[in-house]
Amino acid sequence: MPRLSYLEAGKLALAEEMRRDPLVWAVGEDLGRGGVFGQYRGLAEEFGPARISDAPISESCIMGAAVGAAMMGTRPVVEMRFSDFALCAVDELVNQAAKARYMFGGQSHVPLVVREPIGIWRSSAAQHSQSLEAWYAHIPGLVVVVPSTPADNRALLKAAIRCDDPVVYMEHKNLWALEGEVPEAAEPGELGKARVVRAGGDVTIVSWSAAVHTCAAAAESLAGAGIEAEVLDLRTLWPWDREAVLASVERSGRLLVVQEAVSVAGFGAEIAASVAEALHGALKAPVRRLGAPRIPISYAPPLEDKVRVTEAMVVEAVRSMTAAAA
Amino acid sequence: MPPADTPPVSNLDVERYRAGFRQMCRIRAFEEQAIAAAQEKLVLGAIHPSIGQEAVAVGVCGNLRKSDIILSTHRGHGHTMAKGAEALPMMRELFGRDGGYCQGKGGSMHIADFSVGMLGANGVVGANINIAAGAAHAIRLKGEDGVVVCFFGDGAINRGPFLEGLNWAGVFQLPILFVCEDNGFAATTRTSAMTSGAGPAARAEAIGIPASTVEGNDLQAVDEAARELVDLVRGGGPRFLVARTYRLTGHTSSDAAGYRPQAEVQERWLNDPIENCRKLLEAAGVPAAELAAIREAAEAEMRAAKDEAAATGWPAVELAYADVQDVGDPRTRAF
Ligand SMILES: Cc1ncc(C[n+]2csc(CCOP(=O)(O)OP(=O)(O)O)c2C)c(N)n1
Ligand SMILES: [Mg+2]
Repeated sequence: MPRLSYLEAGKLALAEEMRRDPLVWAVGEDLGRGGVFGQYRGLAEEFGPARISDAPISESCIMGAAVGAAMMGTRPVVEMRFSDFALCAVDELVNQAAKARYMFGGQSHVPLVVREPIGIWRSSAAQHSQSLEAWYAHIPGLVVVVPSTPADNRALLKAAIRCDDPVVYMEHKNLWALEGEVPEAAEPGELGKARVVRAGGDVTIVSWSAAVHTCAAAAESLAGAGIEAEVLDLRTLWPWDREAVLASVERSGRLLVVQEAVSVAGFGAEIAASVAEALHGALKAPVRRLGAPRIPISYAPPLEDKVRVTEAMVVEAVRSMTAAAA
Repeated sequence: MPPADTPPVSNLDVERYRAGFRQMCRIRAFEEQAIAAAQEKLVLGAIHPSIGQEAVAVGVCGNLRKSDIILSTHRGHGHTMAKGAEALPMMRELFGRDGGYCQGKGGSMHIADFSVGMLGANGVVGANINIAAGAAHAIRLKGEDGVVVCFFGDGAINRGPFLEGLNWAGVFQLPILFVCEDNGFAATTRTSAMTSGAGPAARAEAIGIPASTVEGNDLQAVDEAARELVDLVRGGGPRFLVARTYRLTGHTSSDAAGYRPQAEVQERWLNDPIENCRKLLEAAGVPAAELAAIREAAEAEMRAAKDEAAATGWPAVELAYADVQDVGDPRTRAF
C-alpha cells in the first residue's frame, strides 16, 4: 500500500473524481496556485482553470453559486480554507443548500461538497482555529464528514463528491502532514460507518477527526496498565454510526466521548445522550465527555493549551471510569 | 552671500514629513524585526507584513486626532503604529507574551489598542467594513465630531460587506473615510483577475460615495489627499480613497511569493515609499546623515522591542478564561 499524507490523499481523491466525472469541479480562493495549504497543487495544471477555479474573496457567492451549479447538475467542491470563513456563507449553506431538496418537494438535489478545514493549528487564535462540526450536524439536510487518516481522507472525499446531498467536509489542519497507508483500490468509502481504531472490552472511547489520534495513544498507554479501551473513529457525524457505538458500549459498559470542539452543545452530547437513553441498564459507569471549555481559542501557547484535550486527560478519565466500577 | 551648499529653497513642511518619515521607518523596522522573529519562532502565528505600504498608514493616520477611530485588517501593523500604538506591546502581542495589547490572546491578526482609537485588526477579510459603519453611526448618534477610517485591501471589495457597509454609510451620511489599499494582490491571486469592472473607486461612486485615487507610495500625496478628505468627513458624509501601492513581501512572512516574477518585485522596490520620502526630505534640505540617523534610531528601537518582548514571560494561564462574558462566565462554569 502506498503511503500518502492526509493532504495528498485528499488531493488524489479530488483528482480521481475529476477524471471520472467531468461535472466535478472545484472553486475557491487561490486554488489556481494550489490553495492556501497546497491541497490543490498541480490540479489546475491537469484540469485547467475552469475546473480548478479561482474565486474572488466572496464566500457567500462561492457557496451560493455552488448551490445553483449543483442544482443544475454539476458537482462543485467548494473550498472555504478555514471553517471560520465559511461563516460568511452560512445562509447559503444552511438556508439554501440544506433545505432546497425538501422545500421544493424533491425536485432538486444539491450535490455540493464544502471543504471547511477545522481545528487548532498552533497560535492561529480565535478566528482561525475553531471546530464547528456540531453546528452542521444540527441542520437537517446536511452530511458532515470529519476524516482522521489519509486513507479516510481519500475514501470519504470520494464518497462525499459522489453523494447527492450537500456535504460539509471538515479536514483537520493539524493533520495535513500526517502520513499513512492508503489502499490502492480507488473505491469510495461508506458515509456513516465508524472505524474500530483499536478493539478492547473495558471502555468505549468515541472520537473523530484529530482527537482520534490522542485517543489511540491514550489507549496504548492504558493497555500497558491492563485497561483495554475500544477506540471508535466516527468518521462522519451525520449520519453517525449509532449501531457501532451502541454495540461497543453494550460490551464495555462504559462510554467516553472525546472531541476537540467546545464540549457544551458539542456533538459529544448527542452521543452521550443517545447511549444514556438506549443503554441505561448496561452502563457500569456514568457516561463521560471530554472537550474544550467554553472559551475562545487563544494565541499564546499556554493559553491555547487550555482548550486542548490531551492524552493524559483521556487516560485519567478512563482510569476514573474504570476505578469507579471496580 | 549664502554659502555654496545652501539647500534649495523649498516650501515643504519639513517638520511634518520628517515625522512621517520617522514613523514609516519605525513601521518598516518593526516588521523587519517581526519577520526575523518569526524565523526564530518567537512569532508563532501568521504575520502579514505591510512593507511597501507604510505611506498609506502614515499619510492617513497623520491627519487623525487621537480620539478618531480606525479599523484595520490582517495587514495592520502599520495602521496600528501610525495611529499611535507603541511597539513593545505590539511585539509582545506577536510573541503571545504578557503585556501584549491583547494579553497575548489575539496575536498579529487581532491587534487592537482602543486607547488610541484602534478598534482592531481582523482575521476575516471585509468584516471590518460594517463594524466601521457602526462605529461612525455611534459617533453620529452621540453628536460627536469624530471620524472613522476603515482600511481594507483591494481583495475585500469583492465581499458582500463592501456593498452593505458603503451603502449604509451613504444612507446615513456617516463620518467615515474608506481607505482601500490597492496592492494588486489578494493572497496569491492578482486581484485584477478576480475583480469585474473599473475597481474600488468606481464601485464607491456608484453607491454615491465620492472617491479619489492617490499614489500610495508617495507620503506627501497621501497626506494631502487624506487631509482634504478627513476635513470633509468630519461632521460630513462618507468619502472613499484608493491608495495605489504594492505588497513588497509575500502575503505572510512565510510566503515566498513564487507566483510573481522577481523582476516585478525588484522594479517595485524602486518605488519604495520610505526611499521616496527620504529623497523628498533630502531635496528640501534635510541632511542625508540626519535621515540615516532617524532610520537607525528606528531600527535600534525595534531591535530593543524584539529583545524585550522575547525576554517577557507568558501571560498567566488563568487569562484563558477571562474576558469571555459576564453572564455565564466560564470562570464559574466552562463546561
Ligand atoms: C472572509 C475571508 N476570506 C478569506 C480569508 C483569507 N485571506 C486572508 S488575507 C486574504 C487576501 C486579502 O486581500 P486584500 O483584501 O487585497 O488584502 P491584502 O492582503 O492585500 O492586504 C485572504 C483571501 C479571510 N481572512 N477572510
Ligand atoms: Mg490586496
